[in-house]
Amino acid sequence: MSLNKTYKDMDYLLNEAPREQHFITGAQAMAEAVKRASVDMAIAYPITPQSEVMHLVGDIYAQGHIKEYYRAEEELGTMSAIAGAARAGVRVFTATSGPGLLRGLEAIVSWPGHRVPCVLGVLTRVINAPLSIQPDNIEMAYLMHSGIVMLHAENQQDTFDFTLAAFAITEKVDVYIPVSVATEGFFVTHAKGYVDMMSEELAFTEPDPYHAPVPVMDNEVPPARIQRDAPVQKSNFMSYLIHSVWQQEVWDSNRRAMKYIYQYLGGPVEVLNPGADVMLVASGCAAAQAREAHRYAQEEGLSVGFVKVRSIRPWPTDEIRDALKDAKTVIVPEHNIIGWLCKEVKASIPNSGIVVEGPRVYGGMTLPVELIMTEIYDALGMESEILQA
Amino acid sequence: MASIAKRKRYNMRISGLGGQGVVTTAHILGSCMDNAGKYASLVPFFGSEKRMAPVEAYVRASSEPIYEVGEVVYPDIIMIYHSQVVTHGKSYTMPFYTGLKKDSLVIINTSVNVLEEEDIQVLTKLNAKVVQFDATELALKIAGTELATNMAMMGMVLGLTQLVTEDNIEKAVRERFLGTSFVTSGGTASLDSAIEKKFKKKEELLAKNMEVINKTFELADSIDLTSDDLVIDLAV
Repeated sequence: MSLNKTYKDMDYLLNEAPREQHFITGAQAMAEAVKRASVDMAIAYPITPQSEVMHLVGDIYAQGHIKEYYRAEEELGTMSAIAGAARAGVRVFTATSGPGLLRGLEAIVSWPGHRVPCVLGVLTRVINAPLSIQPDNIEMAYLMHSGIVMLHAENQQDTFDFTLAAFAITEKVDVYIPVSVATEGFFVTHAKGYVDMMSEELAFTEPDPYHAPVPVMDNEVPPARIQRDAPVQKSNFMSYLIHSVWQQEVWDSNRRAMKYIYQYLGGPVEVLNPGADVMLVASGCAAAQAREAHRYAQEEGLSVGFVKVRSIRPWPTDEIRDALKDAKTVIVPEHNIIGWLCKEVKASIPNSGIVVEGPRVYGGMTLPVELIMTEIYDALGMESEILQA
Repeated sequence: MASIAKRKRYNMRISGLGGQGVVTTAHILGSCMDNAGKYASLVPFFGSEKRMAPVEAYVRASSEPIYEVGEVVYPDIIMIYHSQVVTHGKSYTMPFYTGLKKDSLVIINTSVNVLEEEDIQVLTKLNAKVVQFDATELALKIAGTELATNMAMMGMVLGLTQLVTEDNIEKAVRERFLGTSFVTSGGTASLDSAIEKKFKKKEELLAKNMEVINKTFELADSIDLTSDDLVIDLAV
């Protein structure tokens, strides 16, 4: 099938190509990004709320935008197959949610060390009991120590831009580890928002397997990073050495992704009203709620600023420290009970005592802007309207 | 002229029973705002919707872009489509005024007063206004079907808030029932007779729905929201 695509580099696609506004769901936004990414292969295993994304990716496969697509047996199989396909030199995409992510995690955490470039959509969902399909994002905490690059999208527009950028970042020769794009299930995936998109006739330049730090696997070339030199067959000391080399390389690669996050997405953070007394720090959907609270605070003339964190890994320590250097109070709203973002923020600044641990909502509940406002009023020593329970 | 204190933003919670058109209203409200060049976002309750079971939908309507998402937990407008939401607790949020903010508005479709003494105490403290009217009776009387109850409820909230014009509403209702493809005048000529017949039926439906909405605008106009009364009972 001929689709008359014009291939362009990511700089042109994201920063120069003319765009038109569409009113679409987050799931559509992710699939539209995949459509423009010259993806060779997508592998799906459905789980709510991700199903919508991989269904739509299946549609664009049927339209000829993707060369190969199939439904795997379950997530461990999906994630293992993604590794196999990526090692064979093709551009791959998959997505999952909450329990599916955890089921695939054994394979996922091995991706970076094996230098597997791919893009993983994470449409958040409750993983802890009681069972629920709602968008708690605690699963992202489990991904934070895997070595994978993690972007967290606030809305449908971010979902489109981040997913497209992810395909370029993952294949950079000095990165070459997987990139995940997370956003909240339902709140973003199933809700419509305005998304500016370039023409679907424009597509990202196809992958160049010769521009890679590891050779592509085929029948004669075994995978660069496994069985031939399996550490398990060596002495313990050889094993420790290989492990340290691989993993240090992974985290260096992860840090090197930062310059591309600047190049394609304008940096790992967005800061509004820097230097304010109260700073709100949030990522993903919580950033949308915090942005609203920031607006209300501006309307009321309060000294409140806002930091949106786009990149969870690599973590922007310097940028966060700089954005919070004049803050008297830092409020971190989150969609999970452990406060993984809050822990990162506290670890980034010398005066972590100024960080308010919350507000947090659990089980995928809405994060009411009113809860953030109440924390702001408290921080500024103001009376606030008593909200009825 | 009735109008609750002008706000840039209204956060609405609509509670009703399955089949009453709660979610449909949310969609039409959203389209009305869009037609008026304003902003709206809507969220249905994701659960097990079925006839006569509780259904909730949430609408944010604003003159500015809206960032926040999710269910409206702290509404400043609550619409109750069925008295059983209050009297039988058929609602995801119990009691029905949970989270209601100060100086806010409650519109209840009922033929009798459904407020208990305790409800009145809470609502008085919140300086709320409660408008009770029999939207179902109004729908039956004007449109000849109780299916237009949601139109009466929507007309009342838009009449009281004056967020949009009647033209904006008509366009949104037309979109909902006839689809945008039917709006273009040239297209109708080429439709085959079966669709024409259907179209005629739908045109009548649209006209009746608009009659209901116009009537509720008149009713809304007759309300004095500046009065000290908590409850305003409207005869239909």
